[in-house]
Amino acid sequence: MITYIIRRLLAAVLLLFIVSAAVFSIFYLVPRLVGATPETLATRYVGRSATPETVNLIAHKLGFYDPIWVQYGRWVKGIFLGSEYDYGSGTEQCPAPCFGYSFITRQPVWPDLLDRLPVTLSLAVGAATLWVIFGVATGVLSALRRGSLLDRAAMGVSLAGVSMPIFFTGLISLLVFSYQLKWTAAGGSYTPFTENPGDWFYSLLLPWIVLAFQFSAQYARLTRAGMLETLGEDYIRTARAKGLPERAVTVQHGLRAALTPLLTIFGLDFGLLLGGAVLTEQVFSLPGLGKYAVDAITNNDLPKVLGVTMMAALFVVVANLVVDLLYAVVDPRVRIN
Amino acid sequence: MNQRTRVLVAATAALALSLTAACGGDGDDSSSGSKAKPEFNAAVDKIFNPSDKKGGTIRLANAGDWDSLDPGDTYYGYSWDFLRLYGRSLLTFKPSAGQDGNELIPDLAENLGETKDNGKTWTYKLRKGVKYEDGTEVKAADVKYAVLRSLDKETFPNGPDYFRQFLNLPEGYKGPYKSKGVNTDSAITTPDDSTVVFHLKQAFGGFDYLAALTQTVPVPESKDKGANYKQHVISTGPYMFDQNNLGKNFTLKRNPNWDQGTDPFRKALPDAFEVSLNVNPDDIDNRLLSGDLDIDVVGTGVQPATLGRVVGDPTAKAGTDNPYQSRLWYTSIVGTVKPLDNIDCRKAVLYAADRTGYQTAFGGPLAGGDLASTIMPPTIPGYQKYDLYPAGPDNTGDVAKAKEALAACGQPNGFETNIAYRAERPKEKATAESLQQSLARVGIKLTLKPFPQGDYFSQYAGNPPYVKANNIGLATNGWGADWNDGFGYLSQIVDSRVIRETGGSSNVSVRDPQVDKMLDEALGLTDAKAREAKWGEIDRKVMEDAFILPGVYAKALLIRPKKLTNVYVNPAYNMYDYVALGVA
Repeated sequence: MITYIIRRLLAAVLLLFIVSAAVFSIFYLVPRLVGATPETLATRYVGRSATPETVNLIAHKLGFYDPIWVQYGRWVKGIFLGSEYDYGSGTEQCPAPCFGYSFITRQPVWPDLLDRLPVTLSLAVGAATLWVIFGVATGVLSALRRGSLLDRAAMGVSLAGVSMPIFFTGLISLLVFSYQLKWTAAGGSYTPFTENPGDWFYSLLLPWIVLAFQFSAQYARLTRAGMLETLGEDYIRTARAKGLPERAVTVQHGLRAALTPLLTIFGLDFGLLLGGAVLTEQVFSLPGLGKYAVDAITNNDLPKVLGVTMMAALFVVVANLVVDLLYAVVDPRVRIN
Repeated sequence: MNQRTRVLVAATAALALSLTAACGGDGDDSSSGSKAKPEFNAAVDKIFNPSDKKGGTIRLANAGDWDSLDPGDTYYGYSWDFLRLYGRSLLTFKPSAGQDGNELIPDLAENLGETKDNGKTWTYKLRKGVKYEDGTEVKAADVKYAVLRSLDKETFPNGPDYFRQFLNLPEGYKGPYKSKGVNTDSAITTPDDSTVVFHLKQAFGGFDYLAALTQTVPVPESKDKGANYKQHVISTGPYMFDQNNLGKNFTLKRNPNWDQGTDPFRKALPDAFEVSLNVNPDDIDNRLLSGDLDIDVVGTGVQPATLGRVVGDPTAKAGTDNPYQSRLWYTSIVGTVKPLDNIDCRKAVLYAADRTGYQTAFGGPLAGGDLASTIMPPTIPGYQKYDLYPAGPDNTGDVAKAKEALAACGQPNGFETNIAYRAERPKEKATAESLQQSLARVGIKLTLKPFPQGDYFSQYAGNPPYVKANNIGLATNGWGADWNDGFGYLSQIVDSRVIRETGGSSNVSVRDPQVDKMLDEALGLTDAKAREAKWGEIDRKVMEDAFILPGVYAKALLIRPKKLTNVYVNPAYNMYDYVALGVA
């Protein structure tokens, strides 16, 4: 088992290198291939009406005159060994892991990422809790009462949840529940848990519900389909025939088998969310990793884009590793094989 | 459809209708706290809801982020407006509604600048008793240091570069960090603790406008942290930073060492300011309409989605203002591309263009602006109303005059050329399409050429060799004033000497040595009225040259804060005056 985990972790490191090289190429190599010069790249990071001298200075400062591989090597070196940054009136040490300094704000990226992570973590954990509880419960009930009004209503609502994008449901919800009814917090009013747990809960309630609405809809439909398939299996009939209570048949035999594919999807979904619930954070102006990524991409702020991409990739890899390990717990057949 | 299904459909429809009704705008103004009657443009040219009541917190939001909070490193109009809350430059614009707001008044200085050699040396005396937030007194050397540090473009790349252009600096001077110990007395001297003297390379009658730049806000050298100074700017204004989470939010609280006795124009009514950054722009509009937020700090107007809601609802429209933006959206007519090197061919373009189509492309009169016929917008002193190329009674173009001009330039059947626009800007695309249609009426065939906005001026429309080689005869363009003065507005778009063969200039088309000469003459004029008259002459000369097709004088639709007092649009910033506001 330990060898397996180490092998997976080493593969993850390799994957992160590939991802970082790919992102670096998209932002640096591709523009160069279509004719961009260090100066034209630098014009994005200076004020309006900048003189050619200013553009040259910034191109030098950001290292655009160096070959691509030197720039990439400098970035990788910073992660492992840290780097030094000249802020004009002095220099400061950026300790490892130093993901570089923003081209726009001239602030180090790593503290930003650590600062944004709790917001995304709060959003993802809260929403995941809601969607797993409501999604799976709705799916199980629908499967058990197939064809009933409850089943049709639940599947109708879940179809709406899957169909409506967050930037629609989010804005409508804000308009109705925050600005008209004043039941929930306004956008952009996130409070850290450490400052005030009550305000933290209040500020995240609507984003949790909106995000969970979309995901629980998917999970309800998947659970229903999985349950219906499992409940038709021979071993379920055997379980009923040998006199097991219906609850044990449904939960221990039916739901457990239906959970395996759900777990795979949950791992992917949760890992992606930890990397930044981009739309939700954008709509509700939550200062998490997703919002950070959008702002970084909008401003062509490469060190920020690289930093947040690395973090997102890491979360996806780790979440998948955890899911693979959990298979053995959920499904005994995996253990035997 | 069975009974149960019918019930479900009816319930869903009822929910949808109730949601629609709930979202139909906020007609209830009972919670606004405002005593004045809201009406459209109630805060343009006059003060809405005047009051001297103190206390409360003003809540602002920004859809993006500041370029920098450092006074030496910022170039946004809203930032200059807001910065007056925590910084005092030598001069500033008068906090006043109407055209008075364009008037310069002394702030950190006692008086406007004095010059005894026709604008080559400028002297400013500082007010006595102005202190930083830590209680230490502001000295002339701090102003000198602040200006010099802003010249370090490697550390402060965002701010304007006018001081380097005009100050008589030592050769190769790079600012106090990199040129440590270099004597800069050739550029700025401080004969005593309260006098700053600027020495220029050439006479500049409008130097007072440079003294009003935020780069003259004093910075104590002992507290300067270079690029990190923006984390905590040391205040000289009525407010100081309380919390500053860069990229997320910041708050200002009262500065206990600010003395109203040294500051005749700031009322400092609210107790605090809360600013959220990187907020969803549609959410900002919704919060403004509901009164949950006071100000969209950027001040460039509502989002397209909100525009429809506001325009269609008289109550909502009464809560908005529609000021000019001191900006012109226009199309450059490039004289280096044949046959537009012939002035009559350029005139044909001006006559044939559908001006109403241009306005529609930019969103109509409210979101876009007024039809333009000059280069300077009406907010710039020196503006004169005239139209050298009338576009007919319905402003859709004068086809007959255009054909006459084409005949005069030897192209009676028209010609072919390309029009460049920024691909990410739908309004510019719509402009190009409108021109394509209207110019086709006289045989001028335009081919649309979209280019990425990040490289638009450096590689494409602003790159003279590329323009010539690729037959870019027209290029959509736009320009806003650094400040409301002919120099601040015109110098970057009509002076042929700012055109760089390597690209990057906003002046894409105006190449007239006579215009350059007129600009130099205007620079040396110390009499404001004479200077303003000169800017008007330059405007007319460029229009006679037919290098620019004016589109619209830009306007913005601002949602007026519901719970604030002393609300008015200051024309110097084209948005609400942030130092005047109070909480109702």
